[in-house]
Amino acid sequence: MRLVLEKRDNKSQSMAIIVPVASFIISLVLGAIVLAVSNANPLAAYKAMVTGAFGNMRRLQYTLVEAMPLLMCGLGVGIAFRLKFWNIGAEGQYVWGAIGITWVMQFWTFIPTPMLLPIGLVVGMLLGAIWAGIPGFLKAQWSVDETLTTLMLNYVAIGLAEYLYISKWKAPLGNMGTPEFLPQTWLPQIWGKVHWGVYIALSLVVLLWFLLYKTRWGFELNMIGKNPRAARCQGVSIKRNIILAMLLSGAICGLSGSMNTAAIAHRLTKGVNANYGFTGIIIAWMANLNPFASILVAIVMAALTTGADALQITLKLPEAMGEVLQGLVLIPLLAGSIFTEYRLRAIHKEAI
Amino acid sequence: MNQNNPRIPVVRMENITKHFPGVLANDSVNLELYPGQVLALLGENGAGKSTLMNMLVGLYRPDSGSIFVRGQLVDIQSPQDSMALGIGMIHQEFMLVGNMTVAENIVLGMRDLPFVPRIPAIKARIKELSARYGLQVDPDAVIQDLSVGEQQRVEILKLVYRGADILILDEPTAVLTPGESRDLNKIVKIMLAEGKSAIFITHKMDEVIEFSHKVQVLRRGKTVNICDTGEVTPQALANMMVGRDILFSLDRCAYHPGEVKLKVDDVTINNPLGQRPILDHVSFEIHQGEILGIAGVAGNGQQQLTEAITGLLHCTSGRIQIDGVDMTNTTPLHVIRAGVSHIPADRGAMGVVGDMSVGHNLAMKKYRTDEISKGIVIKNNSLRAFANRLISAFTIKTPGQDTSVKFLSGGNIQKTILAREIDSCKSVLIAVYPSRGLDVGATEAVRQNIIAQRDQGHAVLLVSEELEELQMIADRIAVMFEGRIMGIRDVKETDTEELGMMMAGAMRRKA
Amino acid sequence: MDFITKLLAATIAMGTSLTYATLGEIYTEKSGVLNLGMEGTMLMGALTAFATGFLTGNLWFALAVAMLTGGLLSLIHAFLTITMRANQVVCGLAITMFGTGLANFLGKRLGPASNNFNLVGMNLPDTFGNIAIPGLHSIPIIGAFFDVSVLTYALYLVIPFAWFFMYKTKYGLAIRAVGEAPRTAAAMGIQVSQVRYLYTIIGGMFAGLGGACLSLSFTPSWNDGMTGGKGWIVIALVIFSGWNPGKAVLGTLVFGGITSLQFSLQAAGIKMVIPTQFLAFAPYLITLVTLTIMNIANQTRKGAFASPSALGSSFAIDDK
Repeated sequence: MRLVLEKRDNKSQSMAIIVPVASFIISLVLGAIVLAVSNANPLAAYKAMVTGAFGNMRRLQYTLVEAMPLLMCGLGVGIAFRLKFWNIGAEGQYVWGAIGITWVMQFWTFIPTPMLLPIGLVVGMLLGAIWAGIPGFLKAQWSVDETLTTLMLNYVAIGLAEYLYISKWKAPLGNMGTPEFLPQTWLPQIWGKVHWGVYIALSLVVLLWFLLYKTRWGFELNMIGKNPRAARCQGVSIKRNIILAMLLSGAICGLSGSMNTAAIAHRLTKGVNANYGFTGIIIAWMANLNPFASILVAIVMAALTTGADALQITLKLPEAMGEVLQGLVLIPLLAGSIFTEYRLRAIHKEAI
Repeated sequence: MNQNNPRIPVVRMENITKHFPGVLANDSVNLELYPGQVLALLGENGAGKSTLMNMLVGLYRPDSGSIFVRGQLVDIQSPQDSMALGIGMIHQEFMLVGNMTVAENIVLGMRDLPFVPRIPAIKARIKELSARYGLQVDPDAVIQDLSVGEQQRVEILKLVYRGADILILDEPTAVLTPGESRDLNKIVKIMLAEGKSAIFITHKMDEVIEFSHKVQVLRRGKTVNICDTGEVTPQALANMMVGRDILFSLDRCAYHPGEVKLKVDDVTINNPLGQRPILDHVSFEIHQGEILGIAGVAGNGQQQLTEAITGLLHCTSGRIQIDGVDMTNTTPLHVIRAGVSHIPADRGAMGVVGDMSVGHNLAMKKYRTDEISKGIVIKNNSLRAFANRLISAFTIKTPGQDTSVKFLSGGNIQKTILAREIDSCKSVLIAVYPSRGLDVGATEAVRQNIIAQRDQGHAVLLVSEELEELQMIADRIAVMFEGRIMGIRDVKETDTEELGMMMAGAMRRKA
Repeated sequence: MDFITKLLAATIAMGTSLTYATLGEIYTEKSGVLNLGMEGTMLMGALTAFATGFLTGNLWFALAVAMLTGGLLSLIHAFLTITMRANQVVCGLAITMFGTGLANFLGKRLGPASNNFNLVGMNLPDTFGNIAIPGLHSIPIIGAFFDVSVLTYALYLVIPFAWFFMYKTKYGLAIRAVGEAPRTAAAMGIQVSQVRYLYTIIGGMFAGLGGACLSLSFTPSWNDGMTGGKGWIVIALVIFSGWNPGKAVLGTLVFGGITSLQFSLQAAGIKMVIPTQFLAFAPYLITLVTLTIMNIANQTRKGAFASPSALGSSFAIDDK
C-alpha cells in the first residue's frame, strides 16, 4: 500500500481555510514544545505574549507601529510575487529608503524645512525603485535569476548604509549614527505612538487593491504570473512589465524604509536593517498576495515580535522566541499548501 | 540473443486494446516483428502508433491483450523491464543530459556500474560498438556540442551498449538531413545482419520505402493493413493512411474570394539547432471570404508558421503582410490590433490562463477596448455582461463565469477560446488544430463558426491534421512537409490520394 | 610578509567554516534543490556545537550533534520542497528564520544558572586549537597552511574527495543528471526524489559542521547571530565556484580573504583607502556581476558556468 498525491479536479475551497487555521494551531503546539524543552511554561508564555502585544493601549500601539513597515514591505514584495518574480531584495530596498530620507534631511538644506519630510519620502521611494529595477532589468534582458541577484544586492545596500552611518555621514559627537533629524521633520504621531505611517500604509493597501484588481495593468500582471505564454499571445509585453512591477515593488519597500526612519529612528543608524524586508516576503506569501489580507497577517507577525519583547521583560524568556514562532507558523503552512491542489490517496496495488 | 529462429516472431502483440479518457487509442491491434526485419508503423498523429510502442517499453499498460517476446508471455511494467528483455526505444525528444559526455550518458543509471566507473574500459567498448555499427561518435564529446544526427547516434549506442536487440525508433529521420538519413540506413542494415530487429514509427513515405521490409498502417487505433513494402505502391499506402475521399461538404456561401488579406512571401525561419530550416521559403495568399487549409502531419512547421504570422516567432527572412501593411517580425500586440484572431494549437498552454476565471479569459482580447474598460480601469459590470453574452452565444458549459477555466472540459475550453477570438476577429482568423481532442458536437460547433467567419468576408487560415475536415471546409488546401509547402490545390481539384502523397513527402509539383 | 601570513591564517580559519558549508550546498544545489536555509542551519550548528561542548566537554560529540542538527533542519526543508512541493525560496527563508530564532533563543536558555542560563560569555573547557606540523609550519607564507586546526586538516582530504565523488563516481553522475535533466534521469531508472533528499540532508549536515567550526575553533564562543550572514556568503560562493567542489576553495580564499582583510588591517594599524564595509559587501557584488556575465555568455552557448538546469523547480513523475 502506498500514499500518493493526486491532482484535484477543482481547487479545494475548504482546504484554503482549513490549512492556515490548522497550521497556526500546529505551530502553537510546536512552539509549546520548544518552550517546554527550555524550562518554560508554554501557557504562561503565550499568555504573556498576547498581553504583551495587545494587553493595553500602549502595547497595542507598539504592535501597530511594528506592523506598518511589515505591511508595506509585504505589499511591495507581493507585487513582484504576482508575476512570480521572487524579490528577495526587499531588505535592501528598505535600507535605500532609509538612506534616501537621511540624505535629504541631512544635506538638502536648500529646500524649506516643511518640505524635507515629503521630499525625503519620495527620494526614498525612488532609490528603492532603482535598487529593485536593476535585478528586474537583468532578468528581463538576460534572464539572470532574480532570487540570487535581489539577495546579493541586500548586502551591498546594508554595507553601504553601514559605511554611511559609521563614517561618511556620521554625526561628530556620540556613536549613534547620522545626526538626528530636526524634530519638526519627524513623521507626526496621531494616537500615542501610532504615527502618520498608518495613513500611508492603509492608503497603499487601497491603492494597490485598486491597481491590482481593477485596472488593466493589474489584469495583465495577473496573466503574466499565471501563464506568461498565453499573456504574450494576447499582446502583453513580459519584459516591460517585469521592470515596471519591480520599480513599483522597490518603491514601496523604499517608502517603508524612509517612513519608518522618519517616524522611529530619526537617523540612519545601526539596526536599520531590522528584517522587515525578509519578513515582508513571508507576509506576502501568507496573505496569498491579497492587500487586505496582508493587513491582518502583518499585525499577527508584529504581535509575535512585540509579544516576544514582553516575554523577555515579564518571564525573562529570550525575545528570539518571536522569530521562532514566526518560522514555526510558516512550516506547516508550507507543507499544507499543496492540499488545495492535490489530495492524498492510498493505492493498494499497481495501477497506471 | 542473436540465434533467433526466423520463423518465430521476436515480438508479438496480440489483441492489444488501450483506452484513455474519451478516446480509444488502440483497438485490438495485432503486431508481429521477425528477427532481422524492420517494420514500419505508418499512420497520422493520433493513429495509435506511439501508444502501442509505449506499451512495449513499459510506459503504459494495455487494458487487454498480451505481449510475447521471443515466444514467452511477458508483463512489462517499466522501462527497466523492457530493457532487461532487450527492447529499447529512441523517442523523438532525446533522453540525454546536455552537459555530460557521451560516455557518461551511455552508462547513466546502469545497475551493475562500479563505484568508480572504469572510464577507459567504457570508452573502449563504445569505440568498439561504434566501429561495428558505423555509429561514429567521440565518447568524450559533450552532448550539447553534438549535432542532432550525432545525438541520435548516441541514443542508439545507449541501447546497443545495454544489450538491446529490438529497437524502436520514433520518427527517426524527422531531425536528420538526407545525408544523415542515409547513414542511419547503413547503421540499421548492419544491425539487421546480426539478427537485430527494429520498428520505425513514422508518417513519412520515404522512411517506409527506404527502411522497412513490412509496413503496418494504423488509422484511428485500428490496423488498416499489413503488407510487404516491396509489394505496395506509395499511393495505396497514402490512401490507407488518411482514409477514403469525403463525399460531402458543409453548407456555405458560394466561393467568391475578395482581395488579398494575408500574404506570406518567401518566409524562412532558420533552425539554430539543426540543419533543416523550420520554415523553408513558404509563400501563399489568403483572400477575403476564403478558407485556406494547411494540411500535413503535425510537426512539419505548421505551428511555427502561425506563430510567425502572429508575431510570436521571429522570421529569418521573407515578408508577411496583413491588409497590405507589412507585419513581418512585429509584436503580437500589433497583429492583434490589425484585427487578427488566433486560436492556438496548445489551448492549455497558450490559449487560456488556466487559473483565471472563464469571464476573465473571455475578456483577454477586448479588455483594452471601451467595451470593457474605461481608461485604465476595467469596469466589472461591463466585463460580466460581456462574458455572459459570449457564454450564451457560444453555449459554453460552465458553472458560472467565475469558475477557473482549467476546470472546464476540453470542448468548453475550446469554446471559450473560440468565443473570444471570433467575437474580436476583424480581418484574419488563424485556427490551429481547433477540433483536436473534441467530441462530435463540439467539433461541429467549431467548424460551423469557422465557416461563418469566412462567409462574413474574413480570411481564414485553418491548420488541421484531418484531411476530411479540410476537404469539408476549406476552399483551397496547402500541404506542408518539413517546413515547405509541397503544393496548393483547389479543394475541388484534388483528391485524398494526391494530398496524402504530399503529406508523406512523396510528391512535389508546382502550385 | 608576516602580515600576509597572518592574513592567510585568518582566511584559512574562517574559510574552513565557509568551505564545509559551501561543499554541502554545492551537493544540494547540484541535485536541483535550492536551500536558502543555510544561514539558520549554520547558526544552529554553531549553537548546538558550543552548547554540547560546554555541557559535556567532548568536542567530537559536539561536532556530531551539530551535524545531526544541520541534517534535521535540512530534512524539514527536503520534506517541504520535495515531497510537499512547496516553493523552495520561501521554505529556505522560513528555515533560516526558524533556525536563527531558535539558536538565539536556546543560546539564552542552555547556559549555566550562574550566568542567567546565558551561553554568551561562557568559555569552552577545550577548543580545536591549531596544531603546527613541525618543520612545515615555518615556511614563509605557505607555512600558514600547516599550522591549523584538525578541522582544517580534515578539509584538505574532504575537498579532493568531494570533487572526486562528484565527477568520478557513479553516484556523482546520478546527482548531476538529477539536477540537470530529472526526466531523463528518471527514465534511466534513477530515483530522483531519493537522490534529492539524500544530498539535501548531507548539505545540511555540512552546514552544521561549518557552523560548529566557528564556535569551536575560529572564535570559540557563542554570540547572538554569530554567523553574521556567512550563510548568505555560502550561497554566493556556490555560484562563484560554478557548482564545482574543486573550485570552491578558490572562492573561499578570495571571499574569506577579502573579509579577513578588514580585521587584519585594523589589527596591523594600517589605514585603508577602501572602507571596510565595501570589503564586506564586495563578495556579494562580485557574485552579482559574475552571475550577469554568466547569463550573457549563456545566451550564445551554455558554458561550464551554468547552474544546474533543474535547480529550484520541483519534479513529479506525473507532471506533464
